[in-house]
Amino acid sequence: MNRTEFRGRVWVLLDKQGVLIEDIDTDQIFHNAHLHITDLKQMGPLALGNLEGWKDFPSKASPGDILVAGRNFGAGSSRQQAVDCFIALGLTAILAPSFGAIYFRNAVNSGLPVLRSRALEQLVREGRLVSGDTIRVDGLSGRAEVANRAVSYEVLPLSLVQADILQAGNLFLFGKTLQNPGKP
Amino acid sequence: MGQTILEKIIQAHSADTVRPGAIVWLDLDIRSARDFGGPNVVKHYQREYGDLPPDPARTFFTFDLCAPACSLKYADNQQLCRDFARRHGLTVFDVDRGVGSHVLIEEGLAAANSTVVGTDSHMNILGAVGSFGQGMGDVDIAFAFRTGRTWFEVPPTVKVTVKGRPHPSASAKDLTLFLLRELGTKALANMAAEFTGPALKGLTLAGRITLCSMVTEMAGIIGFAPEYGPALEKEVRALTGRTYKPFLPDPDADYASLVELDASGLGPQVAAPPSPTQVKEVSALKNVRLDSGFLGSCTNGRTEDFAAAARLLKGRRVKPGFMLKVVPATRRVYDDLLRQGILQALFEAGAIVINPGCGGCAEGHAGLTGKGEVQVSTGNRNFPGKQGQGSTYLAGPEVVAASSLLGVLAGPEDVR
Repeated sequence: MNRTEFRGRVWVLLDKQGVLIEDIDTDQIFHNAHLHITDLKQMGPLALGNLEGWKDFPSKASPGDILVAGRNFGAGSSRQQAVDCFIALGLTAILAPSFGAIYFRNAVNSGLPVLRSRALEQLVREGRLVSGDTIRVDGLSGRAEVANRAVSYEVLPLSLVQADILQAGNLFLFGKTLQNPGKP
Repeated sequence: MGQTILEKIIQAHSADTVRPGAIVWLDLDIRSARDFGGPNVVKHYQREYGDLPPDPARTFFTFDLCAPACSLKYADNQQLCRDFARRHGLTVFDVDRGVGSHVLIEEGLAAANSTVVGTDSHMNILGAVGSFGQGMGDVDIAFAFRTGRTWFEVPPTVKVTVKGRPHPSASAKDLTLFLLRELGTKALANMAAEFTGPALKGLTLAGRITLCSMVTEMAGIIGFAPEYGPALEKEVRALTGRTYKPFLPDPDADYASLVELDASGLGPQVAAPPSPTQVKEVSALKNVRLDSGFLGSCTNGRTEDFAAAARLLKGRRVKPGFMLKVVPATRRVYDDLLRQGILQALFEAGAIVINPGCGGCAEGHAGLTGKGEVQVSTGNRNFPGKQGQGSTYLAGPEVVAASSLLGVLAGPEDVR
């Protein structure tokens, strides 16, 4: 199974003015009032529960959907639940111009594809990428398109370790493919 | 080509070639987990590695989020970690000890040039003592507990030079907020920083902790302040019992960019909601009415921070109806405050004094706001809804103290 190619319906995280929301922090994604939760099944309904305008996201999203966010998505806390809540909803991938560093690692390690693309800002601004569109992404080559509009763009190709972890499934499974992690 | 501080630390912990953008395997000296994140670290660990042991000399739990447990769920989560720790002979810095990153510094575990990870996004606070601290999620930490390693993309380093002398009334927090205003969340995004210049060289350990903690809010990986004098060396040695010889950057180190800022005459600053980068002069916000104040957090929870507040509050009372909450970062800080009479001064001024921990940041400790409540806090984040439905202004200890006396945002000069 190739886990580095993705296709799905997108949700574009816009504010009330129709602008891509930047710097969405982990307390807006998965609020600290729920940090005690350790069961994945309980996390899905809490996704984006503190993001103005998007609190009903868990009831709207379907498995296979793709999230498109503004730059520095997942700023803030190290909480894995801010990634796990989207895994619980069955999202296929998250795309953003950039991610919070810890968030990015957490997603990679959990096997949730996170892809970076500077092109997103312009596509969204020009109305060439809106919620409900279907996108296709080849994570290895970086080729991507808004399928229903025949609009092509590029994402940063997956790094080798990111692709390896995705193919394995997650960091633990990847680790088991190594004799001695770090000293292969 | 010379190396930056972070490149030197990573090189000392990796067999791979270290250059910006390279992904290397990194040896981790200290691996830790909190009562937040920790329970899932344990779950992952037991599922993936069964009874195989973590290294007890390098693996720790630090409980600080909800200390002592204020809900049944946290009581369960903490006990789950304690049981795991007992089974494997691991040390737990338990609910009595305070903020984990600070405890790791005090214990000498997060030493200069070491690599330290934990389930705390402000673990890069350890840059204050020249250690490469990183916050990570529970998958990463569970893997680190067992393997002692992680993969890491070597970030480029930005050199930030701050020229000029701030006004004497400006604290390390004011300087930090100034940097947040100037650098925002873009200039250091996913990069390391080296902060230099006369205003940085003189920073105490507490001041360096304040500065380095908020590199997280600048979207940076870690910050170092490589220039220091004998006073800092002495302070670190006295606190940690270890000599202090952090790596210095090579003169020909390769920086991604050089940023020059001028902090001449800088006065007290405040970050207004909705984000830590919305920084203004306190004088521009003087009409903001306040309900509560918070002194503490990993950013401003050292003895020196409370002493600065106590100097303004001693012999006075906070405005009637105003709630001033005080949370020392650690038990050692608490001890200092008791011995030095600082706690007495704060108590007599009307402050509510609470045990050490991660107050001011999340549900589980003090520092929450109700709908409509406005607080001024020495913490590090004020994103919408973070501390509750109220709004939070971020400032240094002197601004919080002065504001507590007047019930509106105020600088230290307003109450002298």
